[in-house]
Amino acid sequence: MPHEPAHPTRPDQDAPLTYYQLLEQAVRELLIEKRLLTAEEIRAAVERMDARSPEQGARVVARAWADPDFRKRLLQNAPAAVAELGIEIGPLQLTVVENTETVHNLVVCTLCSCYPRNLLGLPPDWYKSREYRSRAVREPRKVLEEFGTVLPEEVTVRVHDSTADLRYLVLPRRPEGTAHLDEAALAQRVGRDAMIGITVPD
Amino acid sequence: MSPRFEVGASVRVRNVSPPGHLRTPFYIRGCQGVVERICGPYRNPEELAYGNRQADRVPLYRVRFAQHHIWPDYCGPEQDTVDVELYEFWLEPTSENAHAA
Repeated sequence: MPHEPAHPTRPDQDAPLTYYQLLEQAVRELLIEKRLLTAEEIRAAVERMDARSPEQGARVVARAWADPDFRKRLLQNAPAAVAELGIEIGPLQLTVVENTETVHNLVVCTLCSCYPRNLLGLPPDWYKSREYRSRAVREPRKVLEEFGTVLPEEVTVRVHDSTADLRYLVLPRRPEGTAHLDEAALAQRVGRDAMIGITVPD
Repeated sequence: MSPRFEVGASVRVRNVSPPGHLRTPFYIRGCQGVVERICGPYRNPEELAYGNRQADRVPLYRVRFAQHHIWPDYCGPEQDTVDVELYEFWLEPTSENAHAA
């Protein structure tokens, strides 16, 4: 008699390692053997990468909403501005694009899946899909509508194709009726998708 | 290497298909746009991809294109745009600039 109700299982991955899996394992073992890194350092680095989440980005957006001078610095030099919040973003050229009454920004990487991971964590699956990558530049308004974002004709839709060394973060518009909220409460209103530009915070 | 194009310059993306690792999407080749921003010098990724860590630094631009220029049947208002990051060797001046100069 089965002791638990049946549920779908994921097949075991018993296939032989691929070329790149083998290569990664070989390089990792060599680095450890030659005492350039320890296994613990590698594990901790993976843990740090896994811990990145859109909360970092939301903190940045909330600060920009609450502090107009920070907003100005963020738009001029995003890496320096986020460093003020103790967020280390490494060598990537973070670029913040601001939604206004007349402009709505949308980010895509048509070549692969370039994404500001340090601020937003891992990209969602749809962001990496061929469908999003091809349609976001071809019919962005239709894609936005499918995510529930309907923009008036007079608003300019500005798509950013992240093909090279820049990484884009959308600074959404601050929702109406939030004047009484403090920064922490504001950050709660900022979702990942709004920072990609596919939705607007409500 | 100082940038060849200024902000506001009209440029055309070279319509070529050399072999190898390229960072210029197909859909934008041959299109005409305007330099929105000079992003700075970056090592040529088309050489970095083959392990040349000393690849030359080349100016990178963010070029703005009108959707209706890219897709003649674009479904949306005239003012919609796409910004693409492009390395200088992918860009050539348009005749508009030649006349101005």
